[in-house]
Amino acid sequence: MTTPEPIVLLIDETPLTLEEVAVSCAVSGDWIIQHVQAGVLLANPGADPGAWAFSSRDLQRVRRLQTVERDFDANPELAGLVADLLEELERLRGRMRRAGLAPE
Amino acid sequence: MEFKDYYQTLGVDRGASADDIKKAFRRQARKYHPDVSKEPDAEARMKDVNEAFAVLSDPEKRAAYDQLGQGYHAGQNFQPPPNWDAGFEFSGRGFSGAEAADFSDFFSELFGSHMAWGGGRRQGAHFRARGEDHHAKIELDLEDAYRGTLRSISLKSPLMDEHGRVTVAERNLNVRIPKGVHEGQVIRLAGQGSPGTGGGQSGDLYLEVHFKPNPRYRTEGRHVYATLPVAPWEAALGAAVKAPVPDGQVEVRIPDGSQTGRKLRLKGRGIPGSPPGDLYLVLEVVLPPAASPKAREIYQNMAREMAFDPRQGLGV
Repeated sequence: MTTPEPIVLLIDETPLTLEEVAVSCAVSGDWIIQHVQAGVLLANPGADPGAWAFSSRDLQRVRRLQTVERDFDANPELAGLVADLLEELERLRGRMRRAGLAPE
Repeated sequence: MEFKDYYQTLGVDRGASADDIKKAFRRQARKYHPDVSKEPDAEARMKDVNEAFAVLSDPEKRAAYDQLGQGYHAGQNFQPPPNWDAGFEFSGRGFSGAEAADFSDFFSELFGSHMAWGGGRRQGAHFRARGEDHHAKIELDLEDAYRGTLRSISLKSPLMDEHGRVTVAERNLNVRIPKGVHEGQVIRLAGQGSPGTGGGQSGDLYLEVHFKPNPRYRTEGRHVYATLPVAPWEAALGAAVKAPVPDGQVEVRIPDGSQTGRKLRLKGRGIPGSPPGDLYLVLEVVLPPAASPKAREIYQNMAREMAFDPRQGLGV
């Protein structure tokens, strides 16, 4: 079965709201708020959760935090540390690729 | 259908305690973490490990699996007897229906119809719920980001029939990827996740963009980097040369006195967008081989005439 072409949105041009991120990752809005307040999600959040905007990178981070917490019973801070390290790893691998060096 | 030995996947014996199973799962989850694992098939192995854990960590599923799987070993042909699941009540805790849709046929045959739906336990079709959102990755060529492209992708998603039973269905979706996407960017396709139940809205589909490794170009956000080989005289004297770019070719001016590593910035010639990225050509001076008597003579002349010491300042 092939369906007609769907409507396409690019997330960084149309950021996600708190509610949309929560639904998309099957977590509660409170889960997101707790992680923002714990300092492991969103770099400079404003005071009003209703005005928070989530990028592609934030969405990936929510999914990482969620997987690490579920798979290893990690608390948000530890999951945040793992996510930081994975992002740093990605950044360094990107630099190596741009320098013409293979990641291995 | 092949029988799956979930105990073997996790590396535990059949008498393993719940605690042993959890420990084994964590050990494997660490080993096959897709972002850090050195194993070539880490992503597929992680899926197997998740599937095994979804069954063995749930006492009801584990009991049913143990009863059904007695005497079977991995890879053996297997068909469950009809109504084998009468008397069991499964929940889909831990893994979403969208994740479970990615599990093996063996899993969907046994447990697919029992996965949690709309966030709750098994519900009748009268229960109104929005369908789950799905996440998937899509691999594109860099050129697709310059021009946009049409892609057909195949997705597995749970579908609920009028009796509230869930089956896993495969469907194809044509997606027009707009130009301007970059590595890691997520594309949202409204209404293309799991269908809702009881008249509920369909979920959305989120596609994370990744570029296929390209021998010529590297990207950082919308900026694109390429190495441009130049001859020593082009680097030393300056020259106008042609360079390939993802959407064609350009003529660039090499400034005189250039060295390997110098970056030429072509503003706005990276991945399109607002603002578009830049294209950086990183110069690499390539020496012609001293393969003929004439070439050797030229190098010898240079050595004699130029009084050039590249190690000046090294104190040797």
